[in-house]
Amino acid sequence: MERVPVLKIGDILLVSIQIDMEDQTALQLQEDLADRIVETGCHGVIIDISALDIVDSFVGRTLATIASISRVLDAETVVVGMRPAVAITLVELGLSLPGIRTALNVELGMALLARERDFEFKDIDDDEDDADEAVVAAS
Amino acid sequence: MTAGDDIAAMETLAIRSDQDVVRVRQLVRTLAVSVKLSLVDQTKLVTAASELARNTLVYGGGGTVAAGRVDNGRRSGIRIVFSDQGPGIPDLDLALTDGYTTGGGLGLGLSGARRLVDEFDIDTAVGQGTTISVIKWCR
Amino acid sequence: MALSTDEVGRFAGLLESNGDALTTAWTDAVATLLRGRLSHAELHRQIAELQKGFQSALAGGAGDLEADAAGELRGLLSELSNTRARQGFSATETAVSIFALKEAMLTVLGQDGDINATTLRDYVSFSAFVDRAGLFTFDSYVRAREELISDQAEQLLELSTPVVKLWEGVVAVPLVGTLDSARAQVVMERLLQTLVDTGSPYAIIDITGVPAVDTQVAQHILKTVVAARLMGADCIISGIRPQIAQTIVALGIEFGDIATKASLADALRHVLRKADVNAGRRGAGRRES
Repeated sequence: MERVPVLKIGDILLVSIQIDMEDQTALQLQEDLADRIVETGCHGVIIDISALDIVDSFVGRTLATIASISRVLDAETVVVGMRPAVAITLVELGLSLPGIRTALNVELGMALLARERDFEFKDIDDDEDDADEAVVAAS
Repeated sequence: MTAGDDIAAMETLAIRSDQDVVRVRQLVRTLAVSVKLSLVDQTKLVTAASELARNTLVYGGGGTVAAGRVDNGRRSGIRIVFSDQGPGIPDLDLALTDGYTTGGGLGLGLSGARRLVDEFDIDTAVGQGTTISVIKWCR
Repeated sequence: MALSTDEVGRFAGLLESNGDALTTAWTDAVATLLRGRLSHAELHRQIAELQKGFQSALAGGAGDLEADAAGELRGLLSELSNTRARQGFSATETAVSIFALKEAMLTVLGQDGDINATTLRDYVSFSAFVDRAGLFTFDSYVRAREELISDQAEQLLELSTPVVKLWEGVVAVPLVGTLDSARAQVVMERLLQTLVDTGSPYAIIDITGVPAVDTQVAQHILKTVVAARLMGADCIISGIRPQIAQTIVALGIEFGDIATKASLADALRHVLRKADVNAGRRGAGRRES
């Protein structure tokens, strides 16, 4: 079974799904991400699905579960790059992915996450010690 | 066009594991491209196939899929038949209701798949297994 | 019911010996039916060609329109229906051009003065052959029209669904005309693709040019908005005229939390304000209020 790599970029974990996932691969990703969030203390997760030509209800449900788990671990998840044909199909399928934040591409996804964190800390003294240097680590 | 002609031209695969579900998607995608279904229709058909293949695996305890090209004189399309020897579906109307599930899913597999294809036939009896046949026509 | 070899031979002979008289009688009959919409010379040329087609088909021994020898005749007939369809003639006007041959034939047959049982029987079976040719013409006329219509529909689809970039990060699609399923799908796909291509997080769907909104149209728009949201873009619906607002409420269509604005200008203002708020959040400390 193939594994989907999880990359750390600054305060964000980036996952780019490039393969037609078996259900087991998707569940493994869900587990890996939870581990990595705790391990790195990241506050944002970006899942790039621009390479996926379909998202069925299983993958949709896994994405929703990942978003919920991340939220519990104080990380916001953004799913980016959904193809138009995939979005149209999901609407027809009746899957609206509630609770998942989405953006058109990785860049907009990162801006969205930055906005969220900024907003959250706007009124508080921004004295987070979290290392801000960009550390890129491939898992 | 007789049923015999149909089956002869169809490719069959066994559905026994997660990997087989991926194989079904790949087979259907190749067929959908070969009859020149539009991108959105390809996506809808492959998604429906993925849902139904997973149903066959999870609820039917595995089974087979046969897929091939159909022609009704006016237009061509793809026909896919999923069959299993599983427990069958006791209440079909209920099973086709959005959100109804016995397997812990989202309950969108059967009802959602039906919305993604042009023709949807289901033949099931308790203890006898289930056969689902779907067709997607080119526009 | 195919013609017998004897009949075929007799007809071929008849067509050949009476060629000119037949052409004239046939042309006259058609000219009356078409009431001068084609010049006499042109009609004469067409008819002469058709007649030659019939003649060579019969001379080649074609007892039936499906026969190999009738290939050229079939070609001529479909060409005739093609041009007539494109010139805007009706199906009747096209088909009677063939049926008129029977009338012309009768004129020619009557000239000898002795109409007996054999000529009558011949005439009836020849009529049947012409009828089949007429029906064939009718069929190809319908096919030609269908092609014409689907071509035009496709062109219309191309013409009527532009997606324009209105501002940095804002695209708009002005919908004009009736929104049926096929068009709604094209619009939907094109809008969503443009969002991806331009990386625009905002889209305005302007329905000023849509004459009526029914449940189905509303459903299509709603699906587009939901799909755009799934992709991470926000849609605003603008150009809702008073009448349409009334219909929407009367039909009980729920737009939910989708922003609706009366005019495109309002929608753009709304989007820019929203975009500004978002940009403002990001650059919190840097912006002067």
